[in-house]
Parts: sequence; structure tokens; C-alpha cells
Amino acid sequence: MIDLTTPLGDEVLDLRAGDRVTLTGTIYTARDEAHMRMMEEGIPFDPEGAVVYHCGPVVQEGRLVVAGPTTSARMNALTGFLIDAGVSAIIGKGGMGREVVEDLRGRAVYLAFTGGCAALAAARMTLRGVYFEDLGMAEAVWIIEADHLPLTVGIDAHGGDIFSAVHEKAKTQFHQRFNIHQDNVP
Amino acid sequence: MMANPADSTLSGSLADATEMALTEASIRLPPDVLAVLTRAAAAERDEIARSELATILENIALAEERQVPICQDTGVPVVYITLPPDIPLTPELFDGVREGVRRATAAVPLRPNVVDPITRRNTGDNTGVGMPAVHVTPGERLAVTVLPKGAGSENASRIGMLLPSQAGDIPKFVAETMLIAGGRPCPPVILGVGIGGTFDAVAALAKEALLLPVDTMDDYEQAICDAVNALGIGPMGLGGDTTALAVKVKRADCHTASLPVAVNVQCWACRRATVEVRR
Repeated sequence: MIDLTTPLGDEVLDLRAGDRVTLTGTIYTARDEAHMRMMEEGIPFDPEGAVVYHCGPVVQEGRLVVAGPTTSARMNALTGFLIDAGVSAIIGKGGMGREVVEDLRGRAVYLAFTGGCAALAAARMTLRGVYFEDLGMAEAVWIIEADHLPLTVGIDAHGGDIFSAVHEKAKTQFHQRFNIHQDNVP
Repeated sequence: MMANPADSTLSGSLADATEMALTEASIRLPPDVLAVLTRAAAAERDEIARSELATILENIALAEERQVPICQDTGVPVVYITLPPDIPLTPELFDGVREGVRRATAAVPLRPNVVDPITRRNTGDNTGVGMPAVHVTPGERLAVTVLPKGAGSENASRIGMLLPSQAGDIPKFVAETMLIAGGRPCPPVILGVGIGGTFDAVAALAKEALLLPVDTMDDYEQAICDAVNALGIGPMGLGGDTTALAVKVKRADCHTASLPVAVNVQCWACRRATVEVRR
């Protein structure tokens, strides 16, 4: 297990897809609407070595109730500008497209957090503030202090991508099973 | 099934029951779902997958301990009402369910997820036009079943109008659905499969299949489940033995010239709860 602390630096370049890490420090939530707003109006936090978390938490009276990851692939076409600005890691679930794998190359990593594990996430997070609150609870950029969030390196800075490797294997399995023989009628 | 406290009006009783069911479903997984998850965690051989499943089980325990929702995507409210013969189907019943959704959204709290489909304006309370989705069937007792449905898995769902000659391709269609979905719907998933009926009815069957107990499968369901697991997508798409926890099938007869098939993908957090309405 490798312990990472924000702001991140060149240490992320040493990570390899499949490594288990923990992350401690400040992270910023962003979903579809927040990405579009940041593209228009600029990034409201210092992006150098920053960590963006694909998450729309449940917040009640200034407290994080639950805060698990959302599906990252929705942000495939909205991610390049963040990496260009210096963001060093993206946390999400389900992996990202080929264009993002290229965006990350030599610069940043994608960290997978277990989807649905929102109670566990909140247990290791403290809410520090918010940008773009007018976007609503799910879409605002929440500033969060994370304490040893358990993550898996899904895409590394060298083009290593667990998700596409798993997908290629699944595709081979699928073709072997279904194109060679037909399953019986129930 | 739990019973809720009596309320002066039927609408009020339904609101209470709906709120109670949504609260229960959001925080605690049903025993059959927990059983298949626990079983999968014990059987999984892949190292990353084992740790993903361990994290999921830890999260489930933490949600119960802290009395918070299991997942921040508390879904959109899908509600099934069974209506005994002596209760007329009136707008007040629907009003009661809506009120229960509003109350649960504020009290649990649930994330307000319901928006206008085009403007994306959030209604703020998880109700709106056609929301909650309410389905009424005749029954012996007045009861509310909720199935809060998250978007990650719902978005991976598929419908196909197969040819009558393609009955043998149904397992392929289901497996293909997961091949396309990969890690996006938060596997390990439960797959509700509708077979037959009409274009609209088959989707409803697929969703209703998610209400069936997942700790048993017939041979047909097991064979499809094995085919999906052979893909090796694993928990969260990171690889492993556990891609589907269960496949559940519901069927209806259909037109001689068609074979509708629908797959409603459900993440591991297969949340559902039933509360009987006191009256």
C-alpha cells in the first residue's frame, strides 16, 4: 500500500495500474455541470498537483452524509483541460476513455474508488467548503479533506489501463463463448 | 415486511409507509442481497476484486452503524403498490406516495436526483412529472414496495426486439449488455431480465425481476449468470470472478412475430423494502 498526500507531485508518475494506494489531503468534487462551468469560468482552486473527485455527495447542514464516486466515463470529453492545468489525479469509478488515457500520459493518474461505497467514503472525509453552490448538491464543487481514502490505480501515467485490459479479455471471452456455439433455448 | 404506525387518512398512511420503506431501503440491504455478496466475497480469487468486495462489505456495515445511505446515489423512487379489492384506486393514493418521497428526501436525507429531462432543472424533492414512478397491482394487503434506482446501473440497461428465431441468443444479449457496460454500472451487478410481452411491458418485467429474491436461481438464470461471470469484468470493472451476483428472469407471452428482451442492470446495492400500510 502506497500513501499519497496532496498536493501531489512526481510521485504519481511512479504508480502502476493495479497498485493499491491511500490518499490524504484536499480533493475537489466535480461532475458534468461543474466541468462545463470550469471550462467557461476557470478553475476556482489551484489546479497544480490537485485531485479531482467524480462525486455528487449528499450534504446536510454543512456535513458530508455520504460521498461515493460517480461514473467517470461521462466526463471523458471534459477532462483534458484539467490535466493541462496541472491536476495530478482523478478519482472516480468505472474507468475513462482512450482520450483520457492519453491526456494522463506522463502527467497524472486515474484512481478507482469502489462504487457505491459512499458511507465508507464519508467516514474518511471532512467537508471544508464549496464552489458553484448554485449548481445544486450533486453538481457543485465541494472542497473535501480526505483521510487515507483506499484507492486502486486504474490508469497510470504510462498508458497502463486496467479497465481496457479487462475489457479486451472480456471481449475475447464473449466471442469465444457465443460465436462458436449457440446456447440452448430455455 | 414491516408495519407502519396508523395515520388518520389512507393518504397519510401511504406517506408514512413510503417514507419508512425508502429509509429502510437506502440504509440497509435486504438479507438475500447481503447473502450473495458475502458468498461472492468468500469465493473470489482475484486480489483486487477481493479487496473491492471487502470494501463493499465494510461500507454496508458502516452505513448501518452510522444510519446513512449505503450510496450517495440514492436513486429515483420506483414504487410498487399492492391494492386490495376494497380500496379504490384514487389520486389520493399517489399523493400519499409523493408526500412520503418528499419526507424521506428531507429526513434521511436522500440526494435530490429528479430533474427536468431537457432543462435539467432539479425539482429539489425527488418528485416531479411522472416521478415517483408508481406501479399498482392487485393484492391481498395494502403494501408499498420501494426500489430506489441509481443512474449508473440504470444507464447501462438495454432493450432488444429480437427475432422469434433468436430465443437461443438471449444469454448472448444479456452478456453483451455487460460487455458494453464494463465497470460503469458498479458491478457486481444483479441483472433483471424481461422476456416476452411488448416493447413497454418487457422493460417493466425486467425491473420487476429485480424484486425477486436473488439468493436462488433456476438453471436458465444460472447459465446466463455463468456466461456473464465468464467475461471476467469483476467488481468495478477491475477484473475478477464476480461480475454478476445473480440473474433473475420474468417472462410474459408475446406476439408470434416478436421476441422482446430487456435487461435492467442493477448495481450491487440492490435496495428494496416493503412496508404494509396500516388502515
